Amino acid sequence: MQMSGAQMVCEAIIAEGVKTVFGYPGGAIMHVYDEIYKQNGFEHILTRHEQAAVHAADGYARATGKVGVAMVTSGPGFTNAVTGLATAYMDSIPLVVISGQVPLSLIGTDGFQEIDAVGISRPCTKHNFLVYSIEELPRILKEAFYIARSGRPGPVLVDVPKDITVAMGNFVYPETVNIPTYKPTYKGNKKQIEKAVEAIKKAKKPLIYAGGGIVLSNASDLVRELAEKTQIPAVETLMARGVMGAKNPLLLGMLGMHGNYASNMAMSETDLIIALGARFDDRVTGKLSEFARYADIIHVDIDPANISKLVDVDYPIVGDVRDVLENMIPLLEDVNPNRYQAWREILKRYDALHPQSYVDSDEVLKPQWVIERVGELVGENAIITSDVGQHQMWAAQHYPFDRPRQWINSGGLGTMGFGLPAAIGAKRAFPEKTVINITGDGSILMNMQELVTAAEYKIPVINLILNNHFLGMVRQWQSFFYEKRYSQTDLTFQPNWKALAEACGGIGYDVTTKEEFDAALKDAIVQDKVCFMNIAINRFENVLPMVPAGGALFNMMLPQSVEK
Amino acid sequence: MKDARRVISVIVMNESSVLARVTALFAGRGYNIESLTVAPIPNSQMSHITIETKGNAKVMEQITKQLHKLIPVYKVIEHEEMVEKEMVLVKFPIAENLSDIEALCRAYNGGIVNVGKEMVVAQVADEPTRIQHFIEAAQRYNPCEIVRGGVVAIER
Ligand SMILES: Cc1ncc(C[n+]2csc(CCOP(=O)(O)OP(=O)(O)O)c2C)c(N)n1
Repeated sequence: MQMSGAQMVCEAIIAEGVKTVFGYPGGAIMHVYDEIYKQNGFEHILTRHEQAAVHAADGYARATGKVGVAMVTSGPGFTNAVTGLATAYMDSIPLVVISGQVPLSLIGTDGFQEIDAVGISRPCTKHNFLVYSIEELPRILKEAFYIARSGRPGPVLVDVPKDITVAMGNFVYPETVNIPTYKPTYKGNKKQIEKAVEAIKKAKKPLIYAGGGIVLSNASDLVRELAEKTQIPAVETLMARGVMGAKNPLLLGMLGMHGNYASNMAMSETDLIIALGARFDDRVTGKLSEFARYADIIHVDIDPANISKLVDVDYPIVGDVRDVLENMIPLLEDVNPNRYQAWREILKRYDALHPQSYVDSDEVLKPQWVIERVGELVGENAIITSDVGQHQMWAAQHYPFDRPRQWINSGGLGTMGFGLPAAIGAKRAFPEKTVINITGDGSILMNMQELVTAAEYKIPVINLILNNHFLGMVRQWQSFFYEKRYSQTDLTFQPNWKALAEACGGIGYDVTTKEEFDAALKDAIVQDKVCFMNIAINRFENVLPMVPAGGALFNMMLPQSVEK
Repeated sequence: MKDARRVISVIVMNESSVLARVTALFAGRGYNIESLTVAPIPNSQMSHITIETKGNAKVMEQITKQLHKLIPVYKVIEHEEMVEKEMVLVKFPIAENLSDIEALCRAYNGGIVNVGKEMVVAQVADEPTRIQHFIEAAQRYNPCEIVRGGVVAIER
């Protein structure tokens, strides 16, 4: 069928089954927006900043597992989107971002709103395209979606010059993709899997190290089955919260810089790490030379470059976690779960020695209490997004995540300002679910203009601002490592949160007590409006346990013991 | 683990900005490039990039894997048993002893390929270590310009 490039972009989005696109128009992408106006195959949500458009598409993708789509104009529209691309890239989130570009004839002339988008985005996309002709546009669009979602997922940018959006061409959306240079490996090597199984059978202290790749490959049920069948305990990374389920007796907790004692000790003492879709990030391993010194390592990952990048691996298995576990679990039929009984006992004692805990207070709200309370009130039903800082870590530590995709946060890049737009994306995908953004008084301001978006489209996400009047996480480091010189982290000067929310078409709550919190949350859930809940918490609360950066995982700063 | 000189060949789709992807990867991840050559492979849609680099075995493994991750990269060959050659062009003043220069070039698989009014241009193609020796030997004839071509390699 003959149509314009702009129409092709819309038709491809429809053909891919995308129902919601987030974006922001401008000169170079106007022809596409004109076609968006004319079609009704998908809705477009106008965020109030391009960064937020990409985060919203990202939140949508993380909540659903499908490819998220964002659209921006050239120049500043694109550069605003870069943080969104980088955020998605670091967490391997499938996105297609369409950017306008100046006409081909102007490329290289420093034209108005010209910027080298493929150049800038090269290191923060899985792949990117600059479209040179209308003939190649359908193929590129198809490939973009395919590359974004296949293999190790990631964001893909398609930069479309304005004249190509105007040009007419024949549109046949390809059924299949054939990129001879791109063939991701899904199937794990059978021999390697067998060797890994032998290692599991010989181990005395095996440990499942569950990473975000499990979420990406929708393999949580199989990881639970693996643990269940063998009774091997598990630790989760920040990105894997929800994989095992909070109530699972085999789950020790989160490991790493703010992991709990039992998890970090398990990692330090295990004799066999079963790493599934995890990448041995420095926030997880602590000092590498002290990391898991007694362990052999099985590493299952779809990205060969992740394997033996930081630690030497004994049983590398390149493949999709789901596929590999499907083949591995039947081979573990004859494992006697009693084999690891002594190990489980040790870990139980570690957990009893230093449980994940905090000292509650009657005078001031404690952030950990707030999060546990949210868990009690909405639990399984909610989707929780977060920004970056102490609140994020408290949420990861204390919320009872029950299922994958329930916890949405920027782990790899650590992008403040991610939470609210991501919540908007998640809520649009699951309107019937309560969506709560756990945020800080610093982070929320980084994309607070999205209040307006949420209000306009009636996307009632709840923003719990754990307000410590500090850039808390930085303040915590200053307390511990900079002799309490609170350089540029004091946020005593604050907006009127309630008024701010109301000014943008939302609701505001000021909360200082437990009773007020309960009442406010119950109210917020039934409202159909976006809200800010300004929750005054203990200013100097720290996130503990903490492994100081570069320290060994077993050297944790621990909280005072608690009478709870 | 010791740093050693390595030569890798990267076979890529011959499409726009593919070279930028490869070099940006080296720059972004802190790998170094000693020399680089690139040209299309005859009768195909691929190009052959030869990169001379330095690193220990672990770094090399990462370089190879990261290159593989680039979508237009078809194949990465870490050369072990290779034939490698490099070309160099050197410009000498015509007043120098041309027969000596000619003899020197011959010893390194080359010769004088152009004679101008004031300058002669010599060309040599040989193994990279020998190219280095040639350049050292050529110093005594006051070369005014030396252009090295970078390594090309093929597995034996
Ligand atoms: C865009 C961005 N800028 C800076 C940082 C560095 N940073 C990490 S946590 C943090 C403080 C966050 O403060 P707040 O949102 O109030 O959360 P809190 O730690 O107090 O819970 C900062 C500045 C970051 N992660 N992202």
